[in-house]
Amino acid sequence: MNKHIKADSSTDLTRRSFIVGTSAAGLALGFASVPGSSALAAPATPAAFDPSVWYSIAPDGLVTVTCGKADMGQHIASTMAQLVAEELGASWKDMRVQLASNDPKYNDPVLGAQITGGSWSTMMNFDAMSRAGAAGRIALTEAAAGIMGVPASELVVRDSRISHAKSKKSLSFAEIVKSGKATKKFSADELKALKLKTPDQYTLVGQSIPQIDIPSKTNGTAKYGIDTFLPGMVYGKIVMPPVRYGATVKSVDDSAAKKVPGFIKAVTLEDKTGTTTGWVVAVANTYANAKKAADALKVTYDNGPNAKVSSESLLAEAKRLQADNASGLFFVKNGDTAEALGKASKVMEAEYTTNINIHAPMEPMNATAELKGDIWHVYTGNQFATRSGAIAAGALGVDPKFIVMHQAWLGGGFGRRLDGDMLIPAVLAAKAVGKPVKVIYSREDDTTMDFSRPLTFQKIKAGLDDSGKLVAFNHDVVSAWPTKRWGIPAFLSPDVEKKGALDAFTVNGADFFYTVPNHNVRAIINELAQSATPSGQLRSVAPGWTFWAVESMLDELAVAAGKDPAQFRIDMLDGAGANAGGAQRLRNTLLAAMGLAGYGTKKLPKGEGMGVACVSSQERATASWTACVAHVAVDDSGEVKVKKLTVATDVGTQVNPDGIRAQVEGAALWGMSLALFEKATMKDGAIEQTNFDTYTPMRMSQIPEVALAVIANGEPATGVGEPAVTVVAPALANAIYNAVGARVRSLPITAEAVKAGMKKA
Amino acid sequence: MPTISINGRNVSVDAANDTPLLWVIREQLQMTGTKFGCGAGLCGACTVHVNGEAVRSCQTALSDVAGKKITTIEGLSAKGDHPLQKAWILEQVPQCGYCQSGQIMQAASLLAKNTNPTKDEVVAHMDGNLCRCMTYSRIQKAIMRAANDMRTASNAPTNRSAT
Repeated sequence: MNKHIKADSSTDLTRRSFIVGTSAAGLALGFASVPGSSALAAPATPAAFDPSVWYSIAPDGLVTVTCGKADMGQHIASTMAQLVAEELGASWKDMRVQLASNDPKYNDPVLGAQITGGSWSTMMNFDAMSRAGAAGRIALTEAAAGIMGVPASELVVRDSRISHAKSKKSLSFAEIVKSGKATKKFSADELKALKLKTPDQYTLVGQSIPQIDIPSKTNGTAKYGIDTFLPGMVYGKIVMPPVRYGATVKSVDDSAAKKVPGFIKAVTLEDKTGTTTGWVVAVANTYANAKKAADALKVTYDNGPNAKVSSESLLAEAKRLQADNASGLFFVKNGDTAEALGKASKVMEAEYTTNINIHAPMEPMNATAELKGDIWHVYTGNQFATRSGAIAAGALGVDPKFIVMHQAWLGGGFGRRLDGDMLIPAVLAAKAVGKPVKVIYSREDDTTMDFSRPLTFQKIKAGLDDSGKLVAFNHDVVSAWPTKRWGIPAFLSPDVEKKGALDAFTVNGADFFYTVPNHNVRAIINELAQSATPSGQLRSVAPGWTFWAVESMLDELAVAAGKDPAQFRIDMLDGAGANAGGAQRLRNTLLAAMGLAGYGTKKLPKGEGMGVACVSSQERATASWTACVAHVAVDDSGEVKVKKLTVATDVGTQVNPDGIRAQVEGAALWGMSLALFEKATMKDGAIEQTNFDTYTPMRMSQIPEVALAVIANGEPATGVGEPAVTVVAPALANAIYNAVGARVRSLPITAEAVKAGMKKA
Repeated sequence: MPTISINGRNVSVDAANDTPLLWVIREQLQMTGTKFGCGAGLCGACTVHVNGEAVRSCQTALSDVAGKKITTIEGLSAKGDHPLQKAWILEQVPQCGYCQSGQIMQAASLLAKNTNPTKDEVVAHMDGNLCRCMTYSRIQKAIMRAANDMRTASNAPTNRSAT
């Protein structure tokens, strides 16, 4: 996260008093008073022990951790349980997990909201979960000491059992909880003062213990938002307008739809939040009938201001904005790039673009809404319950405290479920028909109405001195500003000249750890893209495009300087000034990847090449350290075969090594899929691709060999879900150049572009 | 009302003949292990077995399955202990898990005929099943592990599954 995002002290776990022996439910108006809504927070029985909001120990000894983070396959619920269990001294077989509602008491202890992204969860919850676990252990230990009549200091806690060696007395957690004697309270200061384990004392952290959620994902029992069923529920299928954003409905003719059995109503959404425009929901007794009815509706539209926007016009606008010196705000302004470029012995310019990309999680967007009393219950897997609940409230015109969000496992997130659009048709249709409604986007709806990764345009102008040292780096980044769209000032950052607020989540990564004396980064919003596409946060967000440009350009500069591209980077990762520490970690990671890949150790066959890249994704303040060596073979037609991706990543501390490897491999393959296979285009204001025949994420037959090196050097835990996405595209482009001399500067990389580059080379 | 045979039970369902089997399974029977992914036979999330063959239930009309035996992920094994399900856990395959019912059902139709597939045969058989989390390499490993377990079990002097 960016440094300016300060935790709201009222939501900081360390400032909470632990409420022991009672449920924490009842603290938040609009949650506890509703039957069912407090079920997640309430103890399993009145005798359960709730040392913190984060977990409860039932009289049978089972420890249920409530995860406030969205679990979209990163197994974060299991990770939270692993951290709690470590300090609590619980046996892993006794650990259970459940997913939190949007009750603010489950807000992230650092972020002060329920938001899951940025690869932040482990790093920002490690301390809070550890302290929660430790507090429970101390409370149980003191209770056990009282029951046994022995000093607490002589007790040993292990595997959900507290034992006294001298007297051979022993009590299970279950027995202590049943006694009702565990009643210790912790003040904020006491919590902060708790002495946590040192890494050499860990028994669970650092172990690849099986993820709690996995068995349910092999037998069909894991419940996702789409699996919600409520009594009396009906179904909604959306009729989407012919443009992505800006249409209004002129008329709806439901005469044919009325002949569809089970048809109930066509609901034209009056969305006060402006999240959706021109959406009509066909409601019927089954989804199949809702779809038939939707197909039978005749809707006419005013297509609005974006009806002529295309990928070409978005790029042309981006280029116009970049050429204007008055555009944008500075994210980095170190030294004087203009002067340094004037004095440089060699100046190079390059333009890098990325096309629109679609999240396409396998579970299409969906939500189920039900009004009970004056409370709206919404069932949907979501990454940003705090905001999405408010979006539903805004659409309904009620206070957000009347929205209860019921979390589920997410059938893929990747940033798509940071948005709350899917709640709007569900609540408004439910309101219109007076019944619970489940709305499911078709794949076509999901693809064409994605809050996509924006089309981006970057221009870099860089200068080398006569020794081939990089002395100036001028980097302009033009994109939509997805985070600005949220309308939450705390997520924007002041620019370096204090002229305004910029969306750092469009330029993060450009503030790299290389030592370059004169370095500018300008963030420029493309308002046309902001309006027409509107964009969202796609796995790895800005570093997915900033490092594409930076890491490609560094290779171009290395070639111009006559240096090995890896050595060129290493020379600049000297750790000077603010880069101290981070630069050296990145250097070491790069060296690890080079070693594992055998970089430079032998001559490769004709048409093959290796390329490197290294990244400090996500933000400087939350960086992890990832390097990639890509090995490709390119044939005469420009077709690229990826022979191997070697990825090294320094994650500081590993909670679950196998889980980290799964995330890093998945992220690297995501990076390759974006680099080679995924492209969306806009025409006449609409996304042209509709399903997996035209938008084509990587399939099994396309995966390369992947080699991973995970470095755990004892530094605090970093995030792992995103960084490896960002390093692959530039490593591939650099490998292609080294193989056949073709420099490709647009994503995705196509055979045609490679072939065209080969002709020039 | 049409009657279908699913996971060894005969159930009558109230749906038009052209209703995709997927929605009959998910909504009428509320068996939610079978997933909706694309509605066009492009992703494999909805894969079930009809008379032992893997089919896309989103592309199969209710009328197509009259008199045939349907098996879903819930019916693949009595206790979630099909060799593939065990291998999926041992290899820690799922991430988000949404596609995995379909992956397992697709893989099961391969191993039912061939417990010694080559890697190329596995890839060819599985390539229609998308995994957006990109768990493909673990899927491959789990299939190979399950195949090995099935070969070992069938070569054993006493067949445990028969006892």
